[in-house]
Amino acid sequence: MAFQQLDYLLLDDQFSEDERMVRDTVRAWVTERYLPLAMEHFEAGTFPLELTPELAELGVFGPTVPQEYGGAGMNSVAYGLICQELERGDSGLRSYVSVQGSLVMYPIFAYGSEAQKKRWLPLLASGKAIGCFGLTEPDFGSNPGGMLTTAKKTADGWVLNGRKMWITNGTVSDVAVVWARAEEGILGFLVERGAKGFSAPEQKHKFSLRASITSELVLEDVQVGKDALLPNVKGLKGPLGCLNQARYGIAWGGLGAAFACFDEALQYSKSRIVFDKPLAGFQLPQKKFADMGTQITMAQLLALRLGRLKDEGRATAAMVSMAKRNNVMLGLEVARTCRDILGANGISLEYQVGRHMCNLESVVTYEGTHDIHTLAIGQELTGIPAFR
Amino acid sequence: MKIVACVKRVPTTEATAKLAADGRSLDPTGWQYMLSFYDELAVEEALKTKEKQGGEVTVVTLGPSDASKEVRECLARGADHGVILKDADPAARDPRSTAKALAAKIKALGADVVFTGRVATDRDHAAVGPMLATYLGWACVGEVHALELGAEGGTAKRETEHGVETVTFRLPAVITCNKGLNEPRRASLKGIMAAKSKTIAEEAPLAVDTQTLVVKVELPPSRKAGRIVGEGAAAVPALITALKTEAQVL
Ligand SMILES: Cc1cc2nc3c(=O)[nH]c(=O)nc-3n(C[C@H](O)[C@H](O)[C@H](O)COP(=O)(O)OP(=O)(O)OC[C@H]3O[C@@H](n4cnc5c(N)ncnc54)[C@H](O)[C@@H]3O)c2cc1C
Repeated sequence: MAFQQLDYLLLDDQFSEDERMVRDTVRAWVTERYLPLAMEHFEAGTFPLELTPELAELGVFGPTVPQEYGGAGMNSVAYGLICQELERGDSGLRSYVSVQGSLVMYPIFAYGSEAQKKRWLPLLASGKAIGCFGLTEPDFGSNPGGMLTTAKKTADGWVLNGRKMWITNGTVSDVAVVWARAEEGILGFLVERGAKGFSAPEQKHKFSLRASITSELVLEDVQVGKDALLPNVKGLKGPLGCLNQARYGIAWGGLGAAFACFDEALQYSKSRIVFDKPLAGFQLPQKKFADMGTQITMAQLLALRLGRLKDEGRATAAMVSMAKRNNVMLGLEVARTCRDILGANGISLEYQVGRHMCNLESVVTYEGTHDIHTLAIGQELTGIPAFR
Repeated sequence: MKIVACVKRVPTTEATAKLAADGRSLDPTGWQYMLSFYDELAVEEALKTKEKQGGEVTVVTLGPSDASKEVRECLARGADHGVILKDADPAARDPRSTAKALAAKIKALGADVVFTGRVATDRDHAAVGPMLATYLGWACVGEVHALELGAEGGTAKRETEHGVETVTFRLPAVITCNKGLNEPRRASLKGIMAAKSKTIAEEAPLAVDTQTLVVKVELPPSRKAGRIVGEGAAAVPALITALKTEAQVL
């Protein structure tokens, strides 16, 4: 059966014709091109890199970047729908695209020099170059302000030293946005593949986000030129500004994973006969569907309102925190419940629910853990930071 | 070159056929729509022709305003203009009145070549393309699966029951597109953005009466339930007997 997205409150009406077309275009691509590969790549722990040119042609890399730099100049709601549809396929697919757009193209666009923009943005938009974003370190994840990676000024540039962990796309990247501590504060650098002293070994043995490449970045006396520095930002607001873009997309992504699981479990339960009648006809599953359907609808409203506010320039980081926290946890809980509804089939990769369930454990953790966003919302409401 | 692609929106393959209360039509409640498969080939061929010969592609449909979704999709793939000849109930028309209305519009547009699908996947008439050529007084090259088109004319291959026919023709022509002609492209997100600034004109079609009237629609009889003759290798003899005597296919 073809995928049918829950739309209990007829929210389809709330999107413009072109927003719906963006959604349907990405949805069709995911169904035809990605889903047939999803199981095998998840099992093998690989990402289908050969799809990169198609993704670029589709236009999902940095779609909100202006057209003069190779983007599509799209609004935030359309970008959200792209993330939703990609994550309906797999969180690894959405991650691949989010990192490229929100964590690599965005900082180059927002903080880069004209030369950096002219050089990198068209390459990244066309998928001819892949990027990664190196913020997290072995000892500093939720508290990146404590980072140990350093940047020292030299006569003709900078020397970088340190280690980054859990970096999506690291091993396959042509350019890494690396955040490091300098005398001036935290600065961002563009480190290119092949720079002396720079390596990006892959981190293996994950049970989550398996169809996504995760890497360490090792920087040992890496010398970069003056032009490697992102000149227009200083301090933690640099990386946090990028994360805010990515988290916004992830809020829609969580919804996409929830749609996939809900649809699969609903269809399954209608045809699965237990004790002589369809599973869907029993009260316990019906309560689960009623709860999930309601929660998904609320998450849809949250994402949509946030998107409209973002397009009006009124979305705040605290609002994004609420949407990321709610929608990703919603996705995880829906995936767990749906996994259960499928019984033993729920643990088979022939179905989607188990894959989404495992993936969302990462999504709950990265881009600010669920609890870190709890504290961000708490601070917004009370005015009192409770991080330390 | 002025290129026109005629398209129609049809119910998606998931749509269920339910008889409407009048007994003469289907109830469209709950249907979703898409471009008819062969019309996708027509749009693709129009775009390829524009890429080779230069010019402009206009997509014309006769249908309700809601068909702007499908027309917009064609614009997102690269067509330049869209026209909807507005008819809230195109299912009530016969192919002749559709073809006449399209011909009037195409004349006004001054096209050099028109691409249509071989057949619309909903009503299965396969009539509008050839009738359109007749009303225009143009060459009609039907059911084409390979095409080479120049500024003056071209060569086309068409499959017939007795083999493949190669024909040459001069423009202006109506070409109806068959499977194998091309691989329709997807809209890109950039194309969707670009389509936002393209216009879709909505206008009344030429008034033409309908000569054929559907007086009754009957759904095909529902299939009889299957029967399991047994399991595994042991069931093979019973299956063969059933195929011989009941199904009479062996
Ligand atoms: C698959 C994957 C891909 C990733 N990709 C990237 C990437 O591309 N780039 C990148 O820079 N990073 C990436 N990350 C890293 C991710 O952002 C971090 O893992 C995340 O920020 C959490 O950091 P941590 O793992 O060090 O956990 P910790 O910070 O050690 O947190 C552990 C637990 O403590 C809780 N906690 C922490 N501080 C507090 C507090 N003050 N009060 C209460 N509870 C607290 C957390 O909520 C969590 O439950 C990725 C991670 C994964 C799993």
